[in-house]
Amino acid sequence: MMPRALPVLDEGGRHVRWRRLQAKGCRGPVAGIVQFENVGLRYGQGEEVLRDLSFSLTAGEFYFVTGASGAGKTSLLKMLYLAQRPTRGAIHLFGTDVVTLPRARIPGFRRRIGVVFQDFRLVPHLSAADNIALPLRIAGVLEDEVRDAVSEMLAWVGLTSRAEARPPTLSGGEQQRVAIARAVIGRPEILIADEPTGNVDEAMADRLLQLFASLNGLGTTLVIATHDLQLIARVRSAQMMRIDDGRLLDPTGMLRHPPGRHL
Amino acid sequence: MSAASTRVLDTARTGRGMVWVIAVMLFLTVLATAGGIGTARATGAIGMQLGGRATVQVAAADPARRERDAGEAAAVLAGIAGVSQVRVVPRAEIARLLSPWLGGDAADVDLPIPAMVDLTVADEASVTRVRRALAAALPGARLDLHSAALAPVRRFLTVMSVLGLALVAMMVAATAFVVVLAARAGLEAHRGTIEVMHMLGATDVQVARLFQRRLSLDAALGAAVGGVAGLVAVALLGAQASALGSELLGAVTLGGLGWGVLLVLPFAFVALAAGVARRAVVRSLGQML
Repeated sequence: MMPRALPVLDEGGRHVRWRRLQAKGCRGPVAGIVQFENVGLRYGQGEEVLRDLSFSLTAGEFYFVTGASGAGKTSLLKMLYLAQRPTRGAIHLFGTDVVTLPRARIPGFRRRIGVVFQDFRLVPHLSAADNIALPLRIAGVLEDEVRDAVSEMLAWVGLTSRAEARPPTLSGGEQQRVAIARAVIGRPEILIADEPTGNVDEAMADRLLQLFASLNGLGTTLVIATHDLQLIARVRSAQMMRIDDGRLLDPTGMLRHPPGRHL
Repeated sequence: MSAASTRVLDTARTGRGMVWVIAVMLFLTVLATAGGIGTARATGAIGMQLGGRATVQVAAADPARRERDAGEAAAVLAGIAGVSQVRVVPRAEIARLLSPWLGGDAADVDLPIPAMVDLTVADEASVTRVRRALAAALPGARLDLHSAALAPVRRFLTVMSVLGLALVAMMVAATAFVVVLAARAGLEAHRGTIEVMHMLGATDVQVARLFQRRLSLDAALGAAVGGVAGLVAVALLGAQASALGSELLGAVTLGGLGWGVLLVLPFAFVALAAGVARRAVVRSLGQML
């Protein structure tokens, strides 16, 4: 079960209580939460690493992004979590054009997105608890609420006894769980994870998958890049996005025109 | 962000070099400011003390004639409009003034030392009237204006004041530059953490606030050390100058306002560091996505 007392961030990036939002039904599913139209990306003067990406992600769905190493999965995720602007095309996030979005407005959008980086990117001199608390402190959540939420998250990822440990003293799997806890503590509308089970054993991978599934059940859209075909096979309801040589394979057109959008 | 977030920047990764740089800069700035204010006040004091003072020299070979001419000159001068405080300088006083150069021989009545008449003139027109009257009554008498004699000293003190202010301006500019460099170095040292904070939704202002707080604390520590050292140094220099008994150095004082300016300098440095740090960090962050 997901912790129930977690705070969440509203559309302006300010936090509000999750339960209150749930009770009022404020966060209903939004079709086309992400839309890419003919997006291309190149680094410097090199060739395009991503070409002609056009797809639409439906709110509340579970997506796997797969493809060979170097196919462009991480580049696609970077554009999704607003770490990289495309060199061409249009990206709409939560109904807003984020390609031309003024820089000052980007933080508000980032607070609605949770990211699990492939290399975790934990702050090395902060404890596991402080790393997990970072998104809430950035959002200005009261310390009492931060403490409660962090305790619940630590229990959720099985790291209560390692709360004060710093990342360099944690194993790869423990660091990954801290990174996941940090990504979900703000109850993001979209959770983006790059190889989130790459450093954990099978039992922990199962547990993390259950956590992701429970988040998805609460309405969070999941986009997970992975090589792990077994992981993909375990989530039957998930859709797969395959990147091959910088292009998105979409033979049926389902990703470009999700069925739900025509209802 | 909350107070707990201040731990986000790893203080162990950036040394406290800026503390000492600020301390040295402020120490030098306090000295330069004190020098500038002191010499400016001395220039003003000398101008007030010597403004209008003049001396008439009567250089007759015969001592009796010399004394008589001096008395006559004093009588002529006393009757001129705009002239006041006319006084024949006694022979003993002249001998005492010359004793550093002539020793006991200065009192020898056979020495052809000119007689002197001190006076105060109100303005340039009075000076002209004095020159005409002396030319008519005592063609051999010479008028020396003290302001003309001390003009090089006043010019020197004025140059010293301007130099002091220029030094202060350069110190302030150098300090601002040091803070910019420290802010940039801090950003580079914490680039990874800043990128994570940005990805988690931190605004530039939130990140800049962390650096501003950190650099302001360093600046405050440096300002305290440099400020106290500078004020102590100025006080000691002042005491030493007073002990010399020199009239010129005695005029170099700070006054209440001067000391007030020196006391404000450390706070001004901290405010400068905080403002420059915030601006530098926000500008640098603006180049990141």
